[in-house]
Formats: sequence, structure tokens, C-alpha cells
Amino acid sequence: MSSLQFDIAHLLAGSLVLASFMMLYQDRLYALLNVYALHAGVLALSVAWQAYVQHAPHLYVTALIALVFKAIIIPVALHRIIKRLGIHREIENVIGIGLTMMAGIGLVALSMVVMLRVTPGADALAREDLAFALSVVLLGLLIMVTRRNAVSQVVGFMSLENGLVLAATGAKGMPLVVEISVAFSVLIAFIVIGIFLFRIRERFDSVDVQALDRFRGERR
Amino acid sequence: MIAVALWSVAALLALAPAGVVLSTRPRGSTILYGGCLIATSTLCVTALSDLLYFPHLTPTATLPIGLPWLGAHFRLDALSAFFLVVVNLGGAAASLFALGYGQHEDSPGRVLPFYPAYLAGMNVVVLANDAFSFLVAWEFMSVTSWAMVVSHHREDGNVRAGYVYLLMASFGTLALLLAFGLLASGAGYDFDAIRASHPSAALTGMVVILTLLGAGSKAGLVPLHAWLPLAHPAAPSHVSGLMSGVMTKVAVYGFVRIVFDLLPEPVWWWSIVVLLVGGPTATLGVLYALMQRDIKRVLAYSTIENIGIIFTGLGLALAFKAQGLDWVAALAFTAALLHVFNHALFKSLLFFGAGAVLEVTGERDMEKLGGLIHRMPKTAFAVLVGCVAISALPPFNGFVSEWLTFQAILLSPQLPNWGLKLIIPAVGGLLALAAAFAAACFVKLYGISFLGRPRSDVAASAHETDRFSLSAMFALAALCLVAGILPGLFIDALAPVSKAMVGNVMPHQTGLEWMTIVPIAESRSSYNGLLVFLFAALSGMAASSAIHRLASDRLRRAPAWDCGYPDPNPAIQYSASSFSQPIRRVFGSVIFAAHEIGEMPQPLSPAPARLTVDMRDLIWDALYAPIAKVIGVATERINMLQFLTIRRYLTLVFAALIVLLLVVAL
Repeated sequence: MSSLQFDIAHLLAGSLVLASFMMLYQDRLYALLNVYALHAGVLALSVAWQAYVQHAPHLYVTALIALVFKAIIIPVALHRIIKRLGIHREIENVIGIGLTMMAGIGLVALSMVVMLRVTPGADALAREDLAFALSVVLLGLLIMVTRRNAVSQVVGFMSLENGLVLAATGAKGMPLVVEISVAFSVLIAFIVIGIFLFRIRERFDSVDVQALDRFRGERR
Repeated sequence: MIAVALWSVAALLALAPAGVVLSTRPRGSTILYGGCLIATSTLCVTALSDLLYFPHLTPTATLPIGLPWLGAHFRLDALSAFFLVVVNLGGAAASLFALGYGQHEDSPGRVLPFYPAYLAGMNVVVLANDAFSFLVAWEFMSVTSWAMVVSHHREDGNVRAGYVYLLMASFGTLALLLAFGLLASGAGYDFDAIRASHPSAALTGMVVILTLLGAGSKAGLVPLHAWLPLAHPAAPSHVSGLMSGVMTKVAVYGFVRIVFDLLPEPVWWWSIVVLLVGGPTATLGVLYALMQRDIKRVLAYSTIENIGIIFTGLGLALAFKAQGLDWVAALAFTAALLHVFNHALFKSLLFFGAGAVLEVTGERDMEKLGGLIHRMPKTAFAVLVGCVAISALPPFNGFVSEWLTFQAILLSPQLPNWGLKLIIPAVGGLLALAAAFAAACFVKLYGISFLGRPRSDVAASAHETDRFSLSAMFALAALCLVAGILPGLFIDALAPVSKAMVGNVMPHQTGLEWMTIVPIAESRSSYNGLLVFLFAALSGMAASSAIHRLASDRLRRAPAWDCGYPDPNPAIQYSASSFSQPIRRVFGSVIFAAHEIGEMPQPLSPAPARLTVDMRDLIWDALYAPIAKVIGVATERINMLQFLTIRRYLTLVFAALIVLLLVVAL
């Protein structure tokens, strides 16, 4: 593998992490969705590059799925949901942006240390890819933890799943069926959560998950 | 041999589902208990013939059940054969008793399906030759007996008894599981492989402690006894007899099998642990028994005492064996096994007697009984035999085994180890105290329940129990007498067991003149149960005929307790509490923190004077209550986790993930 190919793969995976960081500090829902679309686009590019590098044509299919579903259909659908719910003006932040970013940096460092330590035998591309993928997964979890709005939690979950797809394509020889099943399960989760959102909204006039907690009579 | 045994166990297992159907039929319990009687008798005869005629054969069998790569291994050696005899003799007697007693069960569906399964479980424990089958059968035995403990779940306290029992049984199985896990680390679960392995000294020490905890909690060693006096009385009486008389012996079997058979040569400190648990168990058990008013609880606490005596015998055997005195070890081991057999006989007999009294009067409280010797004379006679035997009075069997234990204790000066030399006489003192208390305890049980005047209407209107129950009691009473006057036969039958476990045997006993038994040497000590019996019988007959000849034979009834004023109220008689009051005053204030609260009304006040005794179970307060409290507090804390917000759950998952990654990274 030439060093240029390696560098480009590195660049694309790094951009994905950067996009995750951008999602961390978006406090408006539309902006969050736009960054998520960017995130998915970068993922599609990265997967397509992996397909080219690894000479694995089935990865182009994965890239196409990522592009069509994750970068276009899901953001558009979420846009419509937000509009219908009338929550496009909501601003939410649980922890301060500075603190969240610091935690994110710590997570990236942690995933680097873990991955470089546990995969000394793997080839360099796979190692870097796995380290970035783990960072994306952890950042996705961090987004879910720091948000209160159900829609942004869904977005956090989807970005976490992008990290999984990145990891799956980084390792050579992953069959297409695994990726398709992962993508499909995310779609199902998206539908279920979408329906769930409307049900919550119907009952509580809000998609803030604190309404659920108040309903259960628990203190925060 | 082993095929017959396994088929009989299979028959018992097959009877268990049949019990579900039979419990709805009018003659169902008769058919079921009859079937159990046949199966257990077959097993008993098989095991007895194996022990007497083929003690050196150890037939084995492997069935393709259980763990797929292991199978279920069974083995019938001398030790298994002896314990099979004990289990099935008790099982057969209980089945015979239940042919009559079981007719009066109000909810047979709660007892009948579990009874044969319980018998089968105990048999499989004794036959098992791999750790997996052993533990499964052990747990099976616990669970089926638990089901019968809670069969009368509407009665006060029975559900709590079942709960405590289940907890303690799980604890015991856990300890045994860990013990087998340690043993299997080098060998695997097959007992033959464990025997051939050479575990390290530290590992064997841990196995001994774990086995003592596991088997001891089932047998009722202090301080793991708390469940026993709750659970044993709560079951139907024939099951109580089995639990007290037989299941505790299965626990003893587990201890002997692991410590004497599976582990290599003993180390002297094992015996110190066993002795320091056994001696206090005997004394404390019988002191608890003395303080009770409930007949079945007295019997359950007395079981703890006898388990203490048995474990003391086993501890002595370990001590002498570790110090190279094989022949004394054989004496102590034989004494312990003989006591296992004897206690199975008389404790079953006494529980059956208590069951008969409970059936006709509906009363377990001694303070409500009295005068039963006139209303149920045959039961009273059988129970009298049991009481004399358990009090270790010659010529009955209890005396022989306790006397043999004391013979071993008296040989302790020959031990080279100073620690043992000092501890064993102290333990002997505790056993002697326990024997004296046991006599007092059973004088109280018999005197208050069967003698005197009836203290309640139900006691006054009692009648004799049915013939099946009586025949079971009389069969056990006859065996008590036979084992008491011909102990040599029983000692010789135990020789192969002792040979296999401690490597030596007691001197051959049969063939000595007048059936004397000589444990060590004629010059040292000997005992002749037959002569004692003949002397007691002849002098008793002579005395009674002399009295009948010389005194007036006219029956005369005069008011009893006519001291000062004749009160017709039977409550003025000596009561169970008043009988035990002197002993309570001497020992109770320390051991039970007992104190008396007297309420004396003011002069001219019509209020009655009251005397109440407040007693606490200090072991419960010091050991069990704190554990329960800690668990309660901890669960309350953890319970908060069940009501967190969604985000907090996510945060918890996230934090756990981060921690795990940090562990990997560092």
C-alpha cells in the first residue's frame, strides 16, 4: 500500500472524528442534523476509499447505502419530524461545551491507547481505522449522554453506528451481509425510535426525556 | 448389586410423578407409601448384604446422564453400603409409619410427589461417584425436603422456616461446590481421579474448612444450625423423622467421603477444628433443647446435640489418624458411625411418637399435654424406649456408641501433640455434660407429655394411634434394644468401612463369651449389654413381683399434689418450664441472656401476678442478624438503581465502558 493511499484513508477517518467533535457542540437541532449529514457523507467517502484500496467492490454498496440512507434520507426525515413536532427552536445543553470537548479529547486519547495496545499484530491501516472508529463510537455515546432531547439522542446513536460501520470496513474481509444487517438494524431502530418520539410527544407535549422521568415520579 | 440399587432408586423417582396422580385418589397415599416401603426395603437389604457379605467388592456403574463428557458415575463401596442401610432403614420405617399417619394428611398433593423424590435424592448422594452427580443429588434432596417443610404453609412460622432453610441449604451447597471445585482443579470431577491426585497442603486445608461449612450446615453444626430447629418440626412428622434421623446422616456421609476418602492423609489441625466445633455443638444443642416446650423442637435441637457427638467422634478419628495411632482412630471412627446408625433409629422413633401425639391431640406444646400414658399406652412404651436410648442409658444402643467415643477420648494421653492432649479431654467434658443434659431433657419430654394429669381437653380425650404407626415404632424400638445388647455384631459389620477409611479396624468382637465387647483390651474396659439387660429385666421383675406379693394389690387413687390445699386444676402440676428452670438459672443467663421479669400487682389490686422469662438466641443475634441487616441495607441501596432516568442509565453504561477500556489500556 502506498503511503498516499494510507494518508488519504487516515485523513478521511480523521475527518469523521472531527465531524463527531462538531456534533458535540451543536446546540440547535437543525445544525446538529446538518453536521450529522456531513458525518454520514464523510463516512461514505471513507468507505468508498477503503473499497478502492482493498479492491473490495462490495464495499461500494456499503458506501452507497451510507450516502443514500444516512446522509440524505434520515436527515431529511428527521428535519420533517422536527418541523412537525415544532421543536426546531429548542436549545439544549446539559454540560458546558468546554467540558464536553475536554471529555471528547480524553475519549479519543483513550481509544488510541487501547487500540494501539491491543492490535500490535494488525496492519497499520486497520489499526488506525479501528482507533478512529472506537473514538467515533465513544463520542457518539458521549453525545447520547450529554443530550436531553430524544431527537438528539437518536442522532447520537446514529453517529455511534457510523463508527461501527467504519470499524467493519476497516477490517479486511468483512462480508457484505454483516454490514447490510447492521445498516438494516439501525434503520429498524430509527423507525421504532421515530414512532416512539411521536408517542411521547402525543402524551407529554414534549420530546424532552425528562418528561418521562417526571411521569414516573422520580427525582432527577 | 449396584444394578438393584439403581433400579430401586429409579422406581422411587418414577413414584414421584405418580404421587401427583395418586394424591387425588382415596387410597393414593397407601399405594405410594407402600411403593416407597418396597423400594427402600429392597435397597436396605441390598446394601446390608453388600456390607455383610461382599464388603471388599466395589461395583461401579456409569449412566449416560448428567454432564455430557462425564456421565453419572455410581459406586457401592463399604461406606456407601453402610449409609445406604441407614438411609433406607429410616426410609422404610418412615414409609411404614406414613401408611397410617399419611392417611390424615389434609393436603396430600403437597407431600406425596416429593416424598419418594426426596428418598431417591438421598440415595443418589450416597451412591454418587463424581462431584457433579453428588451435588445435583444433594441439591435435589434439599429442594424436595424444602417443599415438604412448606407443605403446611398456612401454619405460623412455616414459611419463614422454609425461607431460612432454603438460604442455608444454598449456602451449604455453595461451600461444597467450592470444595469440589478446588479438588477438581488438578483432577476433574470424577471421585476416582480426585483420589488419585495429590493436592497441595494449603488446598486440602481449604477443602476441609469448606466441607465442614457445607456438610456442617446441612447436619446442623453450631453456629450453622439456625435453620434446623425451624425446618425439621415444620415438616409432616414422618418427614421430620427422615430429615432429623437420616438427612443429617447424609451430610455426615458427605463429610466422611470428602475428608476421609477423597483427601490424602489428614493433618493434625483438621481434627482441632472439627473437635472445637463438635464439642460445643453437642452441649449447646442439648441446652437449647432443654429450654423448649414444643416436642418436635426439642427433638430437632437434640439432633444438633447428636450431630455434635458424631462430629466429635470423627474429629477424634482424624486426630488419632494424623498422629499415627490407627487403632484408636478405628475405635473413634467406628463409634461415630455406630452413633450415626443409633441416632437414625431412635430419632426416627421419637419423631414418629411425636407425630402420633400430634395426630391424636393436634398439640405439640408439652404444657398442653400430660397423662398420655393412660390414653396411648403402646405409643408411650415405644417413646419410652426411644427416650432411654437417646439418653444413653444401658442396655440400649445410645449408650454403646457414646461409651465407645469416651473410650477413644480416654486414650488421648497417648497422643504426642500437646494441643490435642489438652483439647480432647475438654471436649470430653463437654460431651459428658451434654449426655447428662440429654437425660434431663428426655426425662422432661417424657414426664411432662406422657405422665401426670392431662393439661388440656385434647390430651384428656386422646386415643391410641393406628397399627401401622405402632408397628413402625415398635420395629425401631426393637432394633434399639438389639443394637444395645448385641453391639458386637454391629461393630464387626462396620469393620470394612473403618478399614477403608482410617486403615485399621477395631478388634473382632463376636465370639467373645456372653457377647461382651472389648474395644481395646480386656484389662482396660469392657461392656456387656446382654448381661446388663438380663440383670435389669430380672431385678425389675423380682422387685415388681415382690411388691405385688407383699404389698396390697388394691388399686388406690389419691389426690396428687395435695400439699395444703387440693386444687383440681391440672395446671398446678410440674410444667416443662418449671422442670428446666434450675438449669436455665445456672446456664441460661450467660448462654441465652435469659432473665426473669416478675410483675407483682400492688396490694389490693385484682390484677394477676406474672412471671415471664425473656430468652434470646445469642448466636442468631451475633451472627445471623448482622448479616441479614447488611444485606438488607445493601439491597436497599442497590434498589435505587432500578429507578434511574434514561440518561443516567446511559451514563452508567458509558462509564462502565470507559472503565473497562481503561483496564485494557493500563
